[in-house]
Amino acid sequence: MKSLEELRALREKMKSQTDNRSVAGSDETVIKVGMATCGIAAGARPVLDALLDEAGKRHLHNVSISQTGCIGMCRLEPIVEVFRDGQKYTYVHMTAEKARRVIVEHVVNGNVCAEYLVGEN
Amino acid sequence: MFRSHILVCGGTGCTSGNSIKVYEALVHRIYKEGLDKEVHVTQTGCFGLCALGPIMIVYPEGAFYSQVKVEDVDEIIDEHIIKGRIVTRLLYKETVAEDGSIKALNDTNFYKKQHRVALRNCGVINPEKIEEYIAYDGYEALGKVLTEMTPQDVIDVISRSGLRGRGGAGFPTGRKWQFAKNSVGDKKYVCCNADEGDPGAFMDRSILEGDPHAVIEAMAIAAYAIGSDQGYIYVRAEYPIAVQRLTIAIQQAREYGLLGKNIFGTDFNFDLDIRLGAGAFVCGEETALMTSIEGHRGEPRPRPPFPAVKGLFGKPTILNNVETYANVPQIILKGADWFASMGTEKSRGTKVFALGGKIHNTGLVEIPMGTTMREIIYDIGGGCPNGKKFKAAQTGGPSGGCIPAHLIDTPIDYDNLIAIGSMMGSGGLIVMDEDNCMVDIAKFFLEFTVDESCGKCTACRIGTKRLYEMLCKVTDGTATLEDLDKMEELCYYIKENSLCGLGQTAPNPVLSTLHYFRDEYEAHVRDKRCPAGVCKKLLRYQVVADKCKGCTLCARNCPVGAITGTVKEPHVIDPEKCIKCGVCMEKCRFGAIIKA
Repeated sequence: MKSLEELRALREKMKSQTDNRSVAGSDETVIKVGMATCGIAAGARPVLDALLDEAGKRHLHNVSISQTGCIGMCRLEPIVEVFRDGQKYTYVHMTAEKARRVIVEHVVNGNVCAEYLVGEN
Repeated sequence: MFRSHILVCGGTGCTSGNSIKVYEALVHRIYKEGLDKEVHVTQTGCFGLCALGPIMIVYPEGAFYSQVKVEDVDEIIDEHIIKGRIVTRLLYKETVAEDGSIKALNDTNFYKKQHRVALRNCGVINPEKIEEYIAYDGYEALGKVLTEMTPQDVIDVISRSGLRGRGGAGFPTGRKWQFAKNSVGDKKYVCCNADEGDPGAFMDRSILEGDPHAVIEAMAIAAYAIGSDQGYIYVRAEYPIAVQRLTIAIQQAREYGLLGKNIFGTDFNFDLDIRLGAGAFVCGEETALMTSIEGHRGEPRPRPPFPAVKGLFGKPTILNNVETYANVPQIILKGADWFASMGTEKSRGTKVFALGGKIHNTGLVEIPMGTTMREIIYDIGGGCPNGKKFKAAQTGGPSGGCIPAHLIDTPIDYDNLIAIGSMMGSGGLIVMDEDNCMVDIAKFFLEFTVDESCGKCTACRIGTKRLYEMLCKVTDGTATLEDLDKMEELCYYIKENSLCGLGQTAPNPVLSTLHYFRDEYEAHVRDKRCPAGVCKKLLRYQVVADKCKGCTLCARNCPVGAITGTVKEPHVIDPEKCIKCGVCMEKCRFGAIIKA
C-alpha cells in the first residue's frame, strides 16, 4: 500500500462486495424483483442478474436489490418494484435491457422510465 | 453486487455449536443451485448473542436465525433464498413482532441499548479477508495518521478522547503513550495484551476472532505515535481460532504493505509478531507479560521503572489491552469529541461486557459507560432464568468483587465500581441468583488465585493459601466468628504487601462478599447452615414424611444406599452415609425430599 488513494480505490472496489449487507436505510433506493414461480417463468432471473451487474459496475452503494414473492399481476411479470423517497414505481414486462435502463435512468439520473410503468401497459 | 448476504457466526461459541458445518452446507447448496453470483455466504466474528448459537443472519431482510442446525439449511435455501419467504420458525423470537412482521435486530431488547464501537465489525465482516475490513473503512485511520498527523497530534487526539485502558485498571491511554514517546531510546516496542485470563471473560477473544485487523491497525498507529517499529501480540495458546485469524490477518497486512517497510509510501516501518502464552494467569500482568515475551519465566517485577521507561528488553514499551486498541482507529476517524460524547465524565466511550452465569442472554454486549447494572442484567440480559431472584453480579473476575442487588442501579464506570468495592476488570460479568452461595463464590475465585499465584512474593503465595483455608473452614462449618475478623485482616495484609496486581487484588472477592453478605458468612459460622444450600458439608437432605408415598424410587437411585424404608411407608435418609449428591431430590416425583 503506497498511498491513501490506493487504499481508497481498493475500498471502492470492495464495497460492491459488501453492499446489501445491511437492512436498507430510509435514504436508500430499494429494488425488488418478483420472483415467485410466475416471475421466474417469465424471465425474472436475467432481470435480477442485470440489475445486480449494472449496479455493481456503477459502484452504486445506496441501492438495495433483492427478490420478493408474487406481486399479484402474474400476466405482467417480470415485475420490478422501485421504492424511492416514499414512492413506489412498478415496472412491468421487464427484460435485462430494460432493467439496465432503469438503473441508469431512474436510479442514477432520477428520471422515471415512464414507458415501462404499470399504468402505461 | 450480491442480492443477498448470508452471515454465519464463526465465533468460538457458535463454532462449538457446529456453525462450521452449517456454513459448509450453505455454501454447498448455493453452488449447487448456481446462486453463487447472487448470494454471498460469509463467516463472521461473534454476533454477541451466544446463548442462541449457532446464529446466522440473512440480508437485506435482516432475518436473524438462531440455533440453526445443518438439517435446517435446505429449508432456508428453498424457502428464503429461492422463494423469498422467511423461515419464521427459526427466527429469534424477539425479532418477530406481534403482527408477524420482522423487527430490525437493533430494535430488540438485547441490541437496543448497545452501542458497538470496539465490536463494530464483529458479526459484519469476514475476519479472514482484509479486503472486507478495508471496505468498512479499515486502515483509513492508519493512512490518515501517517500522511496527515504528527505523532504528537495522534497522542493529543487519544488523550482528548478520554480513552482509558480496557484491561481493568483504567489508566488513561493517551498519557501512557505520551510517557513512552517522551522516553529516550534507540528502540521502542508496542505490545498488545491478549492474555485474557479472568474466568468468564471472552471479549478480547471475540474481538481477535471477529476483527483482528482493528487491533493490528491500532498497534501500527500506536507505534507511529511513540516512535516504534516492532510490536508483539501476546495471546493465549488456549484461543486457537484467535491465534489462527491473527496469523492470517498479519500475513494479509504484510502482503498489502500495511505492515513492513515504508507503509503508505512514508518512511514509517512497522512489523508485528505473535507470542503465545502458555496459560499462566499472572502473565496478564504487564511486567510478567513482558518477562514472558523475553523468553523468561513469567514473573512480575516491581514498578517503577514503568514499562514506558524500561519495558520489553529494557526498552520503552507500551502495553495495551485488545479492546483498548480496537477503539483507536474509530477515535482517529471520528474524532476525540465523538468518543468523549459517550459515557460518563471520567469514563468515556463504551465497554464490552461478557455476560455469563445465571442470565438469560449469555453473550457479549457493548454499552456506553454509565449504563446501570439493572439495564444490563434485565433489559439486555433478560434477567435470571426460571424466575429466580437476582442476588449479585460479579465483575472484574478474581480481582473484582460482587455488586449486591441493592446497588443494581449504580451506573457502571471505572470509579463507581471501585467505590462500591469491585472493579471494571476486563469486563467479565457473572450474574448470580438466590441459588448461589456467596462464600462459595469467594472460595472459587480464591482457589483460582491460589493456583495462579506465581509464588514470587510471600504475601500472595502464602497469604492467598491461608485465606483459602479459612474460607474452607467457613464452608465446612468449623470456623468461628473470630475467624471472620482474622480473614478480613489477612485480606488487607495481602493487598498491601503483594508485588503485583494479582496479589493486590486477590482478596477483593472475599472483602466485597464479607462486606455485602456478612450475614451469609455468619449463617455458615453460627448456625452451621448454608442459606443457598450449596456448601455440601453443611447440607442435609431430608425426607418430608407427609409427602413421601414410599415409592422407593429414591432408595433405588441412591448411589451409596443411604436411603432406607419399606414400600408405601415414608423413607429415611441416613446422614452418615449420604454424600449429598442430590440424586434423590432430582428423582422424587412428589417433592418429598428437601435440603435442610
